Parts: sequence; structure tokens; C-alpha cells
Amino acid sequence: MTVYLPIAELSVNIFIILGMGAAVGFLSGMFGVGGGFLITPLLIFYNIPPVVAVATGANQVVASSISGAITHFRRGTIDIKLGTVLLCGGLVGATLGVWLFSLLRSIGQLDLVISLLYVVLLGSVGGLMLWESIGAMRKAARNQPTQLRRPGQHNWIHGLPLKMRFKKSKIYLSVIPVATLGFSIGILTSIMGVGGGFIMVPAMIYLLRIPTSVVVGTSLFQIVFVSAYTVIVQASTNYTVDIVLAFVLMIAGVIGAQYGVRVGQRLRGEQLRALLALLVLAVGIRLSIELIIPPKDIYSVVSAGFGF
Amino acid sequence: MRALARLVLFAVALTVCGPVAAQSLEREVGDFTEKLEIGISTDEISITSDFRGADLTIFGAIDGFDADLLAQGKYNIIVVLEGPKDNATVRKKQRVFGIWVNTQSMTFELVPEAYSLSSTRDIATIAPPRDIANMGIGVDHMRLVPLGFIGDGSSLGEFRNAFRRIREESGVYQRDPGGVQFISSSLFKASVRLPANVPNGIHVVRAYLFRDGLFVAAKALPLRVVKTGLEQAITRAAHEQPLIYGFLAVTLAVITGWGASLLFRKE
Repeated sequence: MTVYLPIAELSVNIFIILGMGAAVGFLSGMFGVGGGFLITPLLIFYNIPPVVAVATGANQVVASSISGAITHFRRGTIDIKLGTVLLCGGLVGATLGVWLFSLLRSIGQLDLVISLLYVVLLGSVGGLMLWESIGAMRKAARNQPTQLRRPGQHNWIHGLPLKMRFKKSKIYLSVIPVATLGFSIGILTSIMGVGGGFIMVPAMIYLLRIPTSVVVGTSLFQIVFVSAYTVIVQASTNYTVDIVLAFVLMIAGVIGAQYGVRVGQRLRGEQLRALLALLVLAVGIRLSIELIIPPKDIYSVVSAGFGF
Repeated sequence: MRALARLVLFAVALTVCGPVAAQSLEREVGDFTEKLEIGISTDEISITSDFRGADLTIFGAIDGFDADLLAQGKYNIIVVLEGPKDNATVRKKQRVFGIWVNTQSMTFELVPEAYSLSSTRDIATIAPPRDIANMGIGVDHMRLVPLGFIGDGSSLGEFRNAFRRIREESGVYQRDPGGVQFISSSLFKASVRLPANVPNGIHVVRAYLFRDGLFVAAKALPLRVVKTGLEQAITRAAHEQPLIYGFLAVTLAVITGWGASLLFRKE
């Protein structure tokens, strides 16, 4: 059964899209990630124009992050003040990102930049995560305690000015690194169609030393708002949000996530991280192959009114 | 196909100019007595979302023809369906530091987004190629004028060829030598292909009459192509009310995400 995607302007097999949504939903539930970094490359592999894949991916991220954000809000594990500072940076970043997106698109380098960003980010994050989780697994095998966080340590970030007290996180921290982190994630959200949790969570834990208990909730808070904002800005400047594609992905995604969560609970943390790392690396490698092998046609035609 | 069923063709009213034909652009050359008339029953085609491409039939008649020449098959007709025009950019990839990057580009000014040609026979045999080229008939002779600075112009041919090839491969540019048939002595029927990805907007049907290799007359009719259905409504909303569309997309995501968590919590 095919469904016509009005914005992507092509017909796709609805079961493939449902399958993609369910698989990514399952994995995102299992690993506790938004899944934007998986859905966007998958859509690109399935010949959805990258411009549509990115904007629609951001829409899917809203759906997959909202329930988690609400859960954390109810439990009180969101530092609203910290989240707001992140969000301020994020909104500025997303605005700049959408502008960059339009600029890159007009000079014909958008697809390349999207692929390069994915290869670099997925490669480095996947590599680091794999390294860390293998280390943790080896320590666990030798029955040594694992240390994810060294609370006593401070780095140069804690010497920055404009400090603010974040009561819920029980930290006294400069707003500069927080807003900068939000800003960077905002750019990634609008150019790559990702929530950015896979970068934000480690950065909050390791760089900003924010207590793990509020990290996930606060990052989800920022992700929901920045992604929603990105969707609206993408829709009104680039007209690239495909609501049909997004809806099919969301439906399959939220259902898949429910089953993913159950499987995830049965696995150990470091095993889960190692699997996620392998997955992230696999997507990165697949994208880098695309950049290296000679294309089927070295020419492409883009129509000025609406095209890719 | 359903949409096209609405195209009730009027072969009878051919010589009488209908409301559509009245708007047509007429071009005739002095010495010839022949006149060309064409007609389509409607000036608007609605295409539903399940549209997979179809043939559009255009009827026409030659008036004041020479019976001998007609019997010898000296009259030839070319019918073209030309889509709305827009600038198009061709990009070329090259390997830079091991990866494939778009390095060169060329923009052609106001080229049709769709182009289907039908003729009584191969257009190269209808008239001298130079005449056909001068008239700009056919994909190979379409005017591709580059926009802006293009250097010494040495790559112009390469980009033009790539443009034609890609447009033909994607099916928006088509040709059918044999798509025009005489159904009686001077009545002809032309079928031009509407591709599945036919662009919205004003298309122009042009017919050219040739007598023994000489251009005699041309006639043009406008044809509005309007896509209908849910998908089209979505496209329109996305382009005309983008802010509302964006909010709608987000609302849909919020409802889906939240709804699912409520639904699964009860179980």
C-alpha cells in the first residue's frame, strides 16, 4: 500500500515507513533516546529528500520526547530554571540553524553538510560511548565499582562569570556554558533533525557536573520546546515539514517505544550503552560510505520554486 | 483516470471556436491557405491524489487543406504540452578530499517544468532540423539560457545535456513520435502524456502544422492543471498558511506522544 507524501512529493510504501517508525521507536524506548538521529538518516536512505527528512525528524522528536518530559515533570525531576536557560540558548541556536539551513540549501551544500555533521557526531559520540561502555563492562567483570561521575572535581567551566544558583540541581553555575550548550543543540536540532539528547546528556553530566537525577528530565524539557520551535520555523521558512510522513512515523514510533522500554529494563546499563554505541556507529559508517562511493549521477537538477 | 473521464472531447465543434479556443494565441504564415484548429473540452484539469499519469487527448482539424497533399501524407503535426516555467539549477558533483561534493552549478532561466511532445512522425523528418531548432520545438531544441556569469561557457553544453537527460529520465520531459494520428481526412487526434508528477499551474498546448517540410500554422491553448484531494489541501496549507501548518504539526505530535503515554499507562 502506497501513500503519497505531499511535501516530499513522492509515493512511499506505508509499511516501510511504519516499520521504520516502529523500529526507531523501539530502540528509542529501549535506550531512552529521542531517536531523531536514527529516523533522519533512515529517511534519507529511503530517498526522502534530506530537507524533508530533517524537518520531519524534528516533528517526530516532539512526539517521542513529550511523554517522557511529562513524566519527569510530574516526578519533579526537571530543573525548570536550568531548563529555561538551556532553552533560551536553544531557541537562538535553532533560529540561526534554520537560517543556515536555508542558506546551505540555496548554495546546494545542505545534503553534504547534513551527512558530514552526522558522520562526525555519530562517529565521535558512538566511539566514545563504546569505549566507555567496554571499559565499564570489563570493570564489572573484574567486580570493580564503576564511577560515572566524580562530584568533587571542578573544571575551568566552573570559573566562568555570570553565575546563577540552580536550586533543584543544587549547583551554582555560570549561565554561559549552559546557554552555549543549549545554543549548540539548537543548531543541531534545526540542521540535523535531532533532539540532541545523545550529546546534551553526556555534556550536562561530564562537563557541567549537573546531578544525574535531573539531567534527563531537564534535557527532555529543552528538547520538546526546541524541536517544536524548529518544526514551526522550518514549516514557515522552508515548507519542508511533511505532516503525513510525520504522523505515520509518530504513530508507529510511540507504540514501538512502549515495547522498547520493556526490553530495555531487562538489560544492564553498560550493555545497553554498548549496543547503542554500535548502532550509532553503524549509522555513521553507512552515511560516510554514501559520501565516499561515486554517486549514480554526478549531476542533479533543482527547480527554483520548490525542489531539492 | 477518473479526472480525465471528464474530458469529453468535442470533435464536432472543432471548426467553431469554443470559449477556450477563443483565447488562443494564433500564428499563421501568409502564403498558406491552411488553417489549424484545436480543441480540448475543458480549460481545467483536476488531478486527484491517486493520479499516476495519464494521456490527454487533443482534437484538431486542418481547414483549407489540399486534398492531394493530404493523401500523400505531406501534412505533419506536432503537438506539445508545455508546463509552467521556472528557473532550474543543475549541479555537478566532484570528488574533493575523497568525498563527493557539489562543486559547479548552472541555473537555466524559465524552463518548462513539464514538456510532452507528440507528432505524426519523428520531428527530425517533419521539417529541416534547422527550422525545428529555430522554432525551439522538442527537448533537444528547448531554449536553455544560463542565468548569471558562466565563465568561458565551455561547460554550457555539458550542463544542458545533463539537464535534458535528467528531466527525460524523471519522465517530466517526454516525446512520442506517432502520438498524433489522423482519424479522418483532416481531423487528427493527439495524445500527450501528463506525467505522474505533473506540476500545478497553467500549461500550454501548442500545435504546429507543417506542409511538406514547411511550417504553416500554429495554435495554442491554455490548460490549467489543478491538483485536488487531501494531499493537495495539505500542500496548499503548508505553503499558504505555513505558521498555522507548523503549529498543527506540533499539536499533532503533542497529542500523539501524550495520548500514547496515557493509553499505555492504563494497560
